[in-house]
Amino acid sequence: MIYFILFIEFFKIGLFSIGGGLATLPFLYDLINKYGWITSEELVDMLAISESTPGPIGINTATFVGYKTVGPLGGLIATLGIVTPAIIVMTIIAHYFMKFNEEPLVRAGFNGIRPAVVGLIAAAGYEVFKISLLNIPAYVSSNNLLELFSLKALGLFVIMLFGILKFKKHPILYIVLAGLIGIIFKY
Amino acid sequence: MKELWNLFISFFHIGTFTFGGGYAMLPLLEKEIVDNRGWVTKDELLDCYAIGQCTPGIIAVNTATFIGYKQRGLWGGIWATLGMVSPSLIIITIIATFFQKFQEYELIQHAFGGIRIVVVALIVQAVINMWNQSIKNWLGIILFLISFILTTFTPISPVFVIIFSAITGLATRNTKGANME
Repeated sequence: MIYFILFIEFFKIGLFSIGGGLATLPFLYDLINKYGWITSEELVDMLAISESTPGPIGINTATFVGYKTVGPLGGLIATLGIVTPAIIVMTIIAHYFMKFNEEPLVRAGFNGIRPAVVGLIAAAGYEVFKISLLNIPAYVSSNNLLELFSLKALGLFVIMLFGILKFKKHPILYIVLAGLIGIIFKY
Repeated sequence: MKELWNLFISFFHIGTFTFGGGYAMLPLLEKEIVDNRGWVTKDELLDCYAIGQCTPGIIAVNTATFIGYKQRGLWGGIWATLGMVSPSLIIITIIATFFQKFQEYELIQHAFGGIRIVVVALIVQAVINMWNQSIKNWLGIILFLISFILTTFTPISPVFVIIFSAITGLATRNTKGANME
């Protein structure tokens, strides 16, 4: 039964996450809120691993969540779930409309979808921000706003963001660098 | 059968050497699919990539299915996709097996303490890039805000946000200023 749920949930993600890579993130958040299969921290760690290992990010995260839920077979089922809608939709498109992306109605629909996808990813980013940069338990117990922010974390965030926007190197480089800084300065 | 196997091997190769997915994959696809195999022309590959971006699912998988289908029909699409996802399945399953043990080490916990922070910065960068590409008028800004607010402050599923925004795009297609591209 759990395999069936896993397949259906990832089938839904495959069907509605449009625009690649990070587009699956808001759906994964929705999923863990619903089922609690993994924690938010694990999701963020998993995202970092998915960006640093070979293969499409969406497939890596599906395999990871599936594995965490019910073991290796879960990883396989989740991955099959996420690719099945793509196989069906792309086969139809490859067969019938080669110029799919030039259809006026398709273009109009995507005029709406694209900005919404940016909003969805921003929302997922905000969730990751809360987990990674804010210390909510400390703030709740002390009620001191200063406890909410860790200067150490904010400092690393600002430096990394600057580096990423300025030098535009591959994400792996920044991930490895942040890992090393994390070890050295005990984040 | 030989051709199905070739499709599997080619996409397995691409899946193994693509880090970070999406756009990182394009040069590899070009080399393997266009230059080495000659399955599609470069223009066809770019078309296929554009279609892959505006159809449901992961771009890499969409592209694999499309090229596989062009070669050998439905089974071609399935074999190419299986090739594309197999390296992920193998590598991530191995990592996931050891990850739980790794997480107990203090060193690893500190490393991920730093890594989680850089993930936020990487998402900020992605949002900035996508904003520049996708949001070109007032309708875009409104849909961005609606989507962000609904997902952050209400339990509404992203599925409904996507459906709602597609309908809005269709409904406003003749509205001046909403649909310039």
